[in-house]
Amino acid sequence: MSAESAVSAVSAVSPDPPAVAVESLSKGFRLPHEQVNTLKERAMHPFQRRSFEHLHALRDVSFDVREGEFFGVVGRNGSGKSTLLKCLAGIYRADRGRIHLRGRMAPFIELGVGFNPELPARDNVFINAIMLGLTPAQARERFDAIIAYAELEGFIDLRLKNYSSGMQVRLAFAVMVQVDADILLIDEVLAVGDAAFQQKCYETLEERRRAGKTILFVTHDMNTVEQVCDRAMLLDEGRMVDLSEPRSIARQYNALNFGRAAEEVRSEGGRTGDGAAAILDAWFEDSGGRRVPVLEQGARASFCLEVELREPASEPGFGFLLVDEQHRRIFAVSTAWSDTPTGEFAAGDRVRVRVDFDNTLAPARYFASPMVSHHGVGSDLMDSRDELVSVVVHGGRKDAGLVSLPHEISLERTGAAAAVE
Amino acid sequence: MSAREVYEMKGPAAVSGDWRRFLDLTRMLAITDFKLRFFGSILGYLWTLMRPLMLFGVLYVVFSQVVRLGDQVPFYPVVLLSAMILYFYFSEATTKAVTCVVQSENLVRKIQFPRLAIPLASVGAVSLQFALNLLVLLAFLALSGVKLHSSIVQLPLILVALLALTAGTSMLLSAVYVVARDVAPIWEVVIQTLFYATPILYPVELLSRESESLARVAMANPLAVIVQQMRHAVIDPTAPSAAQAIGGWGWMLVPAAITVALLIAGYVVFDRMAPRIAEEL
Repeated sequence: MSAESAVSAVSAVSPDPPAVAVESLSKGFRLPHEQVNTLKERAMHPFQRRSFEHLHALRDVSFDVREGEFFGVVGRNGSGKSTLLKCLAGIYRADRGRIHLRGRMAPFIELGVGFNPELPARDNVFINAIMLGLTPAQARERFDAIIAYAELEGFIDLRLKNYSSGMQVRLAFAVMVQVDADILLIDEVLAVGDAAFQQKCYETLEERRRAGKTILFVTHDMNTVEQVCDRAMLLDEGRMVDLSEPRSIARQYNALNFGRAAEEVRSEGGRTGDGAAAILDAWFEDSGGRRVPVLEQGARASFCLEVELREPASEPGFGFLLVDEQHRRIFAVSTAWSDTPTGEFAAGDRVRVRVDFDNTLAPARYFASPMVSHHGVGSDLMDSRDELVSVVVHGGRKDAGLVSLPHEISLERTGAAAAVE
Repeated sequence: MSAREVYEMKGPAAVSGDWRRFLDLTRMLAITDFKLRFFGSILGYLWTLMRPLMLFGVLYVVFSQVVRLGDQVPFYPVVLLSAMILYFYFSEATTKAVTCVVQSENLVRKIQFPRLAIPLASVGAVSLQFALNLLVLLAFLALSGVKLHSSIVQLPLILVALLALTAGTSMLLSAVYVVARDVAPIWEVVIQTLFYATPILYPVELLSRESESLARVAMANPLAVIVQQMRHAVIDPTAPSAAQAIGGWGWMLVPAAITVALLIAGYVVFDRMAPRIAEEL
């Protein structure tokens, strides 16, 4: 596993104290039940006890980030990621715990803060650079480099409100690069901008890292975590769930995120059909036969269906349709199409149908709609339940697209250039 | 890389030790603020001058032609204008300062920087405008035949006192507003009252003639001292100085103490508030 070897390599060459050392950091917010922020209310009810709800944004979080590390911070919304970054940047003061830093910490968690749409790019670059910690002389000195990096030479005097959002991000990122802190905090910013610029951003960050800079990175995108991070940390409800190599964190994140959501998503399922049969239940099972909301990519899995016949039936068809979140039809199967004999049923009979398959689905959420049809081509429905059950597929994949086809790659040299030397 | 030292991140503060960065930031924010106000309109500055000048015109006509209050005051028009420019500076700077921290929410929540730069930059932007207003005032002085007196050397001192009063009040108001939003309407009323409580429309001699102690109370207001001393030192040395108007140098300690107290209270309150501002917004 390349990620693990990278981790051990880093620790082998840096015996220095960590760039970021966080010891049992806690941060809470008081959320008053009633927002009392006028003098009048305080004067009128001076002795009224004001009730608060304590929101624990971070609970006893401890970790170290080594110098030169690309460190991912992942977690669901409200898990405390941004609070953590704000404490590190010094925007919030921690309630308990200590943060020790080594090297200059970037004082910001977002790009382009303080950009003013009314002012031309030139002024904005100066303002932003000074806000982020450069002296005016440094800002002047590095101005050309900033504009050159952002590839916006022709647009220096254009007001920022006439910039596209992509151009603004380029400008903001370029300023950040020139500010050149030793420890960078990046809160989900690289999602904007065109693909070429994103690539450039990652390359630049990688370059920074090789130059000994440390990068802390918040994201929801597990692909990015697996691709760029050396290690990652998973936060949930303010607690650190795990700190590990990115693949394992990505898997845990997916399980946490979609696992909980999958249970909620179980819908009533819009019904169609003449009612000659009733679909009682449908679910997915993993390779061990356990009923699960989450499946691992690459493993064996099953779709199961329980049906009660209300009228006698001969050779009914059982099947299901799988769609993704955009309701694209990914896969459909039915005994009616595969000419699988199903037999004779009396009214009141119950049957359990299972479809075993190799899970080659891409990591994402899917919805299954089970169907029961009269004998025939499968279109004459007794009952069907629209998107009755959802399942989330997770896993670290090394390919892309809607499905992960089982494949082997081989290559064969078919010629060689003449040797030069 | 060995130059990197281990240090503890403590969180946001009013100034946080790095004075160089604090001053750079304050200056940059003030200039940006000033620029934004007048950006894209050549007459921008003139428009901001219109409001005090219009009011000045109206008051001048009323108090010199109708009420005839100005007859007893030499150089009444420039005395009135001078007082109004000083008052408007204080009024505008402090009113703007009340909401400035809350309005910079975006910066405060996303970037760590010395928080005190916000109210001071807000005052700084209005001060730049005030500097231009002073030039206009000097032009009026020259036009209305006011002679140059040696006591004009006091002008810098008067301006420093005004700046201290304004900065102290602004720091205090901007910090308190974060937790108590009704500071805004309250301050509006205070500022309005201050316009009539300060000897702007009427000369302080009018109060002294009425009762010694009334003048003393009026002159306890630091803004009154500044306005009065400006009149005495720059426009008309025959007018009573602030010390004379309040009834002796000893009494001058009162407005001086108020100014210093505001400055200290402003700093202390803001400093205590600074670490929490990002959360309270």
